[in-house]
Amino acid sequence: MFKPLLLVPLLPLAGFLLLVLGGRRWPRALVAVIGVGAVGLAALVASLVAGALFYMPAGMPREFTQTLWTWMNVGGFAPQMTLHLDALSCAMMLVVAWVGFLILLYSAEFMADDDGYGRFFAYMDLFVASMLVLVLAGDLLLLYLGWEGVGLCSYLLIGFWYRDPANGRAARKAFIVTRVGDAAFAVGLALLFTQLGTSAIPQIAERASTQWASGSTLATAAAALLLAGAVGKSAQLPLQVWLPDAMAGPTPTSALIHAATMVTAGVYLIARMNVLFALAPAVQLAVAIIGAATLLMASFAALVQTDIKRVLAYSTISQIGYMFLALGVGAWSAAIFHFMTHAFFKSLLFLGAGVVIMALHHEHDMRKMGGLRKELPGTFWAFLIGAASLAALPLVTAGFYSKDLVLARAWVAPTGGLWLWLAGLAGAVLTAVYTFRMVFLVFFGPVKEKPSRRPGVAIGIPLAVLATLSIVGGFIELPASLGGRPVFSDFLASALPVAAAEGIPAEGWLQAVAGLACIVGIWLAYVCFLRSPALADRMAASAVGSALRRFWFGGWGFDWAYEQFFIRPYLWIARVNKGDFIDAFYAGVAWAGRLGHTLLSQTQTGNVRWYAMGLAIGAVVFIALAVLL
Amino acid sequence: MTAIPMEHGLALAGVLFVLGLAGVLARRNIVFILMSIEIMLNAAGLAFVVAGARWAAADGQVMFFFILATAAAEVAVGLALVLQLYHRFHTVDADAASKMRG
Repeated sequence: MFKPLLLVPLLPLAGFLLLVLGGRRWPRALVAVIGVGAVGLAALVASLVAGALFYMPAGMPREFTQTLWTWMNVGGFAPQMTLHLDALSCAMMLVVAWVGFLILLYSAEFMADDDGYGRFFAYMDLFVASMLVLVLAGDLLLLYLGWEGVGLCSYLLIGFWYRDPANGRAARKAFIVTRVGDAAFAVGLALLFTQLGTSAIPQIAERASTQWASGSTLATAAAALLLAGAVGKSAQLPLQVWLPDAMAGPTPTSALIHAATMVTAGVYLIARMNVLFALAPAVQLAVAIIGAATLLMASFAALVQTDIKRVLAYSTISQIGYMFLALGVGAWSAAIFHFMTHAFFKSLLFLGAGVVIMALHHEHDMRKMGGLRKELPGTFWAFLIGAASLAALPLVTAGFYSKDLVLARAWVAPTGGLWLWLAGLAGAVLTAVYTFRMVFLVFFGPVKEKPSRRPGVAIGIPLAVLATLSIVGGFIELPASLGGRPVFSDFLASALPVAAAEGIPAEGWLQAVAGLACIVGIWLAYVCFLRSPALADRMAASAVGSALRRFWFGGWGFDWAYEQFFIRPYLWIARVNKGDFIDAFYAGVAWAGRLGHTLLSQTQTGNVRWYAMGLAIGAVVFIALAVLL
Repeated sequence: MTAIPMEHGLALAGVLFVLGLAGVLARRNIVFILMSIEIMLNAAGLAFVVAGARWAAADGQVMFFFILATAAAEVAVGLALVLQLYHRFHTVDADAASKMRG
């Protein structure tokens, strides 16, 4: 029943190989069929396998492990090529495969005029394959392979339009900043292997819980190193600087890699290694604090951006902050639930933004947009649903259920409490404000520029499907206060520890407050950006307002600080070392050798009698030595 | 037959060897250098023969035959070289041929 699991990552990989070999020569239709079809088939197979897992008869362990072969066997280090399917990886796999398919379908039309059509689909297929390897890996080293694979694809796709040097810079920035985290992850992997003697994930969990005491130094160090990797990949404080610049890539790339899937790999890693994090309470608290701080910081930054994609990028950082908050307070399934709904509504928003950008001749500046409600009605409704879900409009949207669950868990968890909950709540208000600022600026008000083209079927279908999912995706986890049943949590319970408190006290009140936060945010956005835009302008023009605006616009000065503290000193060292003073030692050795050569070559006069003289003197000296000593 | 003491024979060999060496170092005429080398070889051979006589072993004389053969070969090559040298430089001065070229 589970045997086809191997096909799930293999099909997109095959698509990639085909497109790499022939994508240049084949007609665009064939390229699109291969590129989209490979992922579509993978999604179908994934659904089949997931169905088998979901309807597993009770009593049997709800997991499946497929060992393919031993990767290598060096000195006791024998990582296996193992695919591991359980409820957690199953949920991730389904979201990656299906959202990936929808976004690729969208790209088939979106990228139709691009010169690099085959290249684009090849990269995207490789990305989907790597991401599926990442989520299905049963071995931490294999997970790392997928982890690096998605990082590579991210780099390739951010710099997809490589003729513009700015895009190349953004790609390098993303690659290098995430590498900082990846290096820590690699060290953590080595630490886990040397201490526990295995790299298989289930064994690591098992041995860690028996060998390490809670809060022991090794457990804390290992968890902190993995957290550093997760922070880099998921663009959390302090390594979040790369994600806003990553918007240089094509919009479908931003939707798939930099919103729905890759950036949540860090969330997956922490959820996957939950045993380790439970053993390191200090690190787990750090996860929650990083999440809370990031979500607030990114929300403020999103408030003042003018580029529509940068708003969405900061919003992504902020929403992943919510997931980290949930992970930090031990609400594992709430984090995965928010990941899922976020994948739906954020990719919907990106795809909607892509339609707008395409219709307005690649215009990214929201100040030059307006009144598109009448011009692009379908896109407007899809975008509005996505925005409502992102802002967590009560009761009708998926985002409400997941965000509410995160907030409620932050409130009740023993490690959580008032401050984390308040941070999340403030973030919820801000989310509603910046989201609806975007909606009002782009779709309401006077028409500033007529759209030049309207989306076709291949764009319409993904928008419609994702819009539907952004609404109904939340109904699989209805809170008890609304008479629902947590189907999703029950499913995940076989793979993740259940959050401590079964019932949440005063859940209705918490929901009411969260709902109110969203309404207040939307009302604020309405007042400031639609009813009286002059008010917002006046606020922005005041001394404090403009300073704050500049500060937030630049992402809280992180880029500036990194420029001062890392890039400048590094360049200075590079400049100082331009003369290679470290090489002076080796140059000295070479010089001494040359001097010796010059001296000795003086003795080679070519005069035979001198040589004979040398021989005679040498013989006399040695005989004298032999006789005397 | 009164035996000559070994010391005398060895002293003669040493004197011959030093004479030959002095010839090699002092002479500039390459033909004389070759002849001096022959004297040195014969000095070595004499030392072998004397030692062979002292211990009543044939080995010393065997070695002398080897030295004779080596000397003959050396002279054959050496004289050919001398002819070449004269052909090139129109002199038999060893110091004239101090450069490796061509």
